[in-house]
Amino acid sequence: MADTSRPRNDTTSAGMAFERPIKELEAQLSELEALSTRTNLDLAGEIRALKERLQEEIQKTYSDLSPWERVSVARHTDRPVASDYIEKLCDDFFELHGDKVFGDDKAIVTGLARMGERRFLLVAHRKGRTTKERMAYNFGCAHPEGYRKALRKMRLAEKLGLPIVTLINTPGAYPGIGAEERGQATAIAENILGMFSLRVPILVIVIGEGGSGGALGIGVGDRVFMLEHAYYSVISPEGCAAILWKDGERSPDAAQALKLTAPDLLQLGLIDGVIQEPPGGAHRNPQVALDNVRRTILEELAALERLSVADLLARRRAKFRHVGEIPGRFPRLD
Amino acid sequence: MAAETSRNVESGREKDVPVEPLELAPEEAREVELEQEDEASGEGLGPPDPAERGVEGRRRRLWKKKEMPGGLWLKCESCGQMIYRKELEEKGMVCPACEFHFTLPGRERVAMVLDPDSWKEEYADLTALDRLSFTDQVPYAEKIRRTVDRTGQKEALLCGTGRIEGREIVLAVLDFSFLGGSMGEVVGEKISLAADMARRQKKPLVLFTSSGGARMHEGMLSLMQMAKTSAALASLNEAGGFSICVLTNPTTGGVTASFASVCDVTLAEPGALIGFAGPRVIATTIKQELPPGFQRAEFLVEKGQVDAIVRRSELRDVLARLVDFGRGAFAR
Repeated sequence: MADTSRPRNDTTSAGMAFERPIKELEAQLSELEALSTRTNLDLAGEIRALKERLQEEIQKTYSDLSPWERVSVARHTDRPVASDYIEKLCDDFFELHGDKVFGDDKAIVTGLARMGERRFLLVAHRKGRTTKERMAYNFGCAHPEGYRKALRKMRLAEKLGLPIVTLINTPGAYPGIGAEERGQATAIAENILGMFSLRVPILVIVIGEGGSGGALGIGVGDRVFMLEHAYYSVISPEGCAAILWKDGERSPDAAQALKLTAPDLLQLGLIDGVIQEPPGGAHRNPQVALDNVRRTILEELAALERLSVADLLARRRAKFRHVGEIPGRFPRLD
Repeated sequence: MAAETSRNVESGREKDVPVEPLELAPEEAREVELEQEDEASGEGLGPPDPAERGVEGRRRRLWKKKEMPGGLWLKCESCGQMIYRKELEEKGMVCPACEFHFTLPGRERVAMVLDPDSWKEEYADLTALDRLSFTDQVPYAEKIRRTVDRTGQKEALLCGTGRIEGREIVLAVLDFSFLGGSMGEVVGEKISLAADMARRQKKPLVLFTSSGGARMHEGMLSLMQMAKTSAALASLNEAGGFSICVLTNPTTGGVTASFASVCDVTLAEPGALIGFAGPRVIATTIKQELPPGFQRAEFLVEKGQVDAIVRRSELRDVLARLVDFGRGAFAR
């Protein structure tokens, strides 16, 4: 669930305290570069040395992030969001709005997308880049109509034989009165169930926040990937800390305990792979992250295309029916 | 302590029993603590009520809970009426004054639903593992051990086969008294195994839920049970099977948002709290008071989210009738 009311890990400044040494070096570097342009002094040597120090600092910091620090990276406001993927990765995109029952939930965007010759349906949580956008998109917290829109468009993709790519980036499905009235739980449940029967390949990529059921509502796929600094969790660290530690301040401990990072989830066998981010995170160099995602999409869709529909569905079902299972622990009835 | 307060009530002088004189024996206090922990095991209900925190709040909560296990009298969670325990039990744990349906422990539910001696439990030995070495205030491994000792069962889900008015079914019951009925790997697996049994034996699947949601101590392994149970249901559906889910108080979080909401028929007990997010989480998010009756079974029927409300006294009859209507299942 989303914990929109709880103090958020502020990703613009304070929450990224671990980046302070990097920020200082970056500031020094841009000052030095400005000085060099302004005065025509030859500072090339100093600039090069500073750049090297900066790279070292970034490397050092990012090779040793705590889970809670990763959560703040995943939430960073400069991190690429759905519209970056659409504008910078897709050669064509035609948005399809609405669930044709209640409304058009802007927290999830769906549309027909093309990368080169590869056509697919894109389903993505949308967070927005500006404050205005973020509010319009409800910070990526979808309502039932968002999940219903997604399923409706996924059924269209099935009919057209188009593979589906979902990009997950949500703090959680919205906890509100209207959401409950319109069946938030049922909408998510129907998506999870429905995705097991879609006769086209589904590729899932967690690009930022993988917030619980709100993420899984578009998260059943033949292959599931995470960006290196994305997180995926049964509950937000804040929510978990409030319930189990009875203290929201213990979020870093909760983040640690929940094993919500990409490497941890890969080790548990819950995801299929980790997509590398540039040194210092996707917010520092979005294009590198975008390119890596593009490569993953093209490679994975090409591989999935080779499976027969029956094989695809059987594998998808078996993958989740035995997800994370220690071999031999549970009886098999098939 | 229990005897003294009971006398107060029996004499009819004191309806609203004062909180002040309450003192609990250490083992009673411990029991209450465990129950509190239980409720906080699922992600769905949200953090405990602030009114029940702190010294005063704790005392109030202890008092409320205190009445449940041993006492002759207890207070209805819904209308506040003092009820004679025996009367409540005779009525299947339904408040005689307001018809509030108290949460039933799993074994009692099984006994109430099935024909006598028809229950054959399966997979009772599957036990939770602390695969993340999860430690909040107590290590999860320790929490499991204590709960197994206290409840005498290995996990929060009971599954097996039995008969309702002579009709063969596969039954799975979530038990709120085991870590708040929260869904971890074993619960998810047993629900899936129940669906597999229903598919293989061509029997209707009947599920009962009462759960705080996904079990946080198992992290993403618990979230993935939403997908696992749905995968098993997808296979059951494909085989033409028939599933019925009865939502009981409370059912929230990842349980509501997966198998519990996508069975062929969704029933609810009167007054049951049913939702995705817990009411306290919603109230703090939207900073508003919630409308009366919000997220109760009656509200869900009105909003078109549940097929019907069924009183406990009529449950066996309704299930038997539904099973008869489902005779054509698996036929196609």
